Amino acid sequence: MNIVVLVKQVPDTETKIKIGADGKSIETSEIKWVMNPYDEYAVEAALRLQDSVGASVTILSMGPERTVESIRTALAMGADTGVLVDDPATEGSDGLGKAKVLAAALKSLEFDLVFCGHRAVDSDENQVGIMVAELAGIPHLGLAVSAEVTDGKVKVQRPIEGAKVTMEAILPALVTFGGAHAVWNPRYASLPGIMKAKKKPLETKTLADLGLSADEVGAQAAKVSVTAMEMPQERQPGRKLEGDTVEKAKELTRLLHEEAKVI
Amino acid sequence: MAQGVCIITEFREGAFRRVSFEIASEGRRIADELGEPLLAVALGEGVEAVASDLGGYGVEKVYVVDDALLKDYRAETYVPVAAEILQNLSPKVVLTAASVDGKDFSARLAARLGAGLATDCTELKVEGGGLKAKRPMYAGKAFAWCEWSDGTWPQVASCRPNVMDCLAADASKKAEVEKADVALPAGNLTQVVSIEKDAGGKLDLTEAEVIVSGGRGMKGPENFAMLEELAGILGGTVGASRSAVDSGWRPHADQVGQTGKVVTPNLYVACGISGAIQHLAGMSSSKYIVAVNKDSEAPIFSKADYGIVEDLFQFLPAFIEEVKTLKSTC
Ligand SMILES: Cc1cc2nc3c(=O)[nH]c(=O)nc-3n(C[C@H](O)[C@H](O)[C@H](O)COP(=O)(O)OP(=O)(O)OC[C@H]3O[C@@H](n4cnc5c(N)ncnc54)[C@H](O)[C@@H]3O)c2cc1C
Ligand SMILES: Nc1ncnc2c1ncn2[C@@H]1O[C@H](COP(=O)(O)O)[C@@H](O)[C@H]1O
Repeated sequence: MNIVVLVKQVPDTETKIKIGADGKSIETSEIKWVMNPYDEYAVEAALRLQDSVGASVTILSMGPERTVESIRTALAMGADTGVLVDDPATEGSDGLGKAKVLAAALKSLEFDLVFCGHRAVDSDENQVGIMVAELAGIPHLGLAVSAEVTDGKVKVQRPIEGAKVTMEAILPALVTFGGAHAVWNPRYASLPGIMKAKKKPLETKTLADLGLSADEVGAQAAKVSVTAMEMPQERQPGRKLEGDTVEKAKELTRLLHEEAKVI
Repeated sequence: MAQGVCIITEFREGAFRRVSFEIASEGRRIADELGEPLLAVALGEGVEAVASDLGGYGVEKVYVVDDALLKDYRAETYVPVAAEILQNLSPKVVLTAASVDGKDFSARLAARLGAGLATDCTELKVEGGGLKAKRPMYAGKAFAWCEWSDGTWPQVASCRPNVMDCLAADASKKAEVEKADVALPAGNLTQVVSIEKDAGGKLDLTEAEVIVSGGRGMKGPENFAMLEELAGILGGTVGASRSAVDSGWRPHADQVGQTGKVVTPNLYVACGISGAIQHLAGMSSSKYIVAVNKDSEAPIFSKADYGIVEDLFQFLPAFIEEVKTLKSTC
């Protein structure tokens, strides 16, 4: 079985976001880049299948050269091969543009399953993976917190508001992963893993290699784009309540009832 | 020529979900500003019976597909049906729900239509004859304004539940209902195996008006009973920091933050939570924030409207008593 995992590199979640000089993107000079946490869950899910039923795992990523580090991390965790699409012409792509690139790259790969995150925790677009499934003409199951493969089908659990849904799809299919760190506990890259990863195949491709022209993706093809960014409204400095326990409890209750009017 | 604003409703277990009325209300406002009609697409088994109610929120006409095939949400069946209706209508703007299913649906729909999608929007404006949408990024550490390129229709925006104003329904107004004439897909590649409802009908964090969250300071899972009690009295639900979830004290669905749920309740009470940047990202847009922490230097206090510097095991029982007294007198 072949599994392709879509991995995006994003700013570390510790990052304090600052708006850049152009007013529509973020300041990236001091950012530490990491693998998107949900993609790390997807890699873990793929590696569990590699362990249990046997699978070859390929990491597919689109991004600048630094993205190689995140692919190497996934290879060190146990993935087999990596493909990076690195082309400046992809810059400014919207969700659909990114999906076009990834779907084109997918065409040259063998796969029974495509795994990805349900969202990248940078721009939180919640769309690229699912769009890849549509463009590739395969079914998808979203927000999985588990994944089993039997008899040519993938079965996942998907939490929705107030319920857990169990769904199945016939392969080939794409699954987006959700949950939390506690659900997946993604494995760390071991030292031998890191050594081995250095020798694993990692191919870099351009749009031309994928048979795409620059005007099909990137900023000029984007149907939707960010034209301005703003910071959330600063919260007014709050107050710390004074007094003994009961006084504070009374005052908080009063404030929430009379001032905030939320209880 | 693209025309009209069209909302896609979310229908579950015989009723529209509240977010459908929110996007109808928002859609009405946008349609008025654009001088366009407001339409709706309503899919689901049994949806025809309630479809005309959308008129109470300003929808003029509803296109329904009411079929057993659409009993439960599946992208495989919902997307082609909705896409075909939309291709026939060719609206300027499509508004969807940024609920769990809604986000899933919107992404696949936009790809099928070749449309630009802005996800999880918290504010919409009309400018230059089209939509402009505000949406959080980095779980709310920053906001982006998105615009669609000239002449690209439809402009698809999914709207975050519980944020946009919902009109009071005018029950006297009914929308015209039309059965959409579309081909039903086979839908044989995916299947819903089972749906298991959460015990006790727990309100989802993304839909709660009040959230009482606990962190590592709660010391153990048993102490969350206190938070359950408080949330119960306030008609809210319980959330948690990642530490509490990682410790196995709470289910993963309770996690609030950048890699958990991003929430915007009216009231967020953080108990024994330090306020790490990933946690703050997920809850800073709450209307009112209360922090209970024994460390007066904890970063959570920088976001709290009301801070209580005290041992939570001492404070919470007293607070619960006061809230009970308040609730019994009003
Ligand atoms: C990739 C990544 C993603 C992450 N995503 C998230 C996320 O989505 N959500 C999230 O929450 N975290 C997330 N984190 C973790 C985050 O960095 C913090 O570790 C976590 O939020 C800390 O949880 P906490 O506040 O409960 O625990 P702590 O930081 O340990 O704080 C406990 C607090 O309890 C107080 N306390 C202790 N005892 C008492 C008492 N008796 N009475 C009153 N107060 C008391 C202490 O003063 C302290 O402030 C993420 C981390 C990483 C690396
Ligand atoms: N540039 C990219 N390279 C590889 N995968 C990506 C890229 N962008 C998005 N994805 C995948 O799509 C998922 C959803 O991303 P997004 O729509 O940006 O929230 C991510 O979790 C990744 O798995």
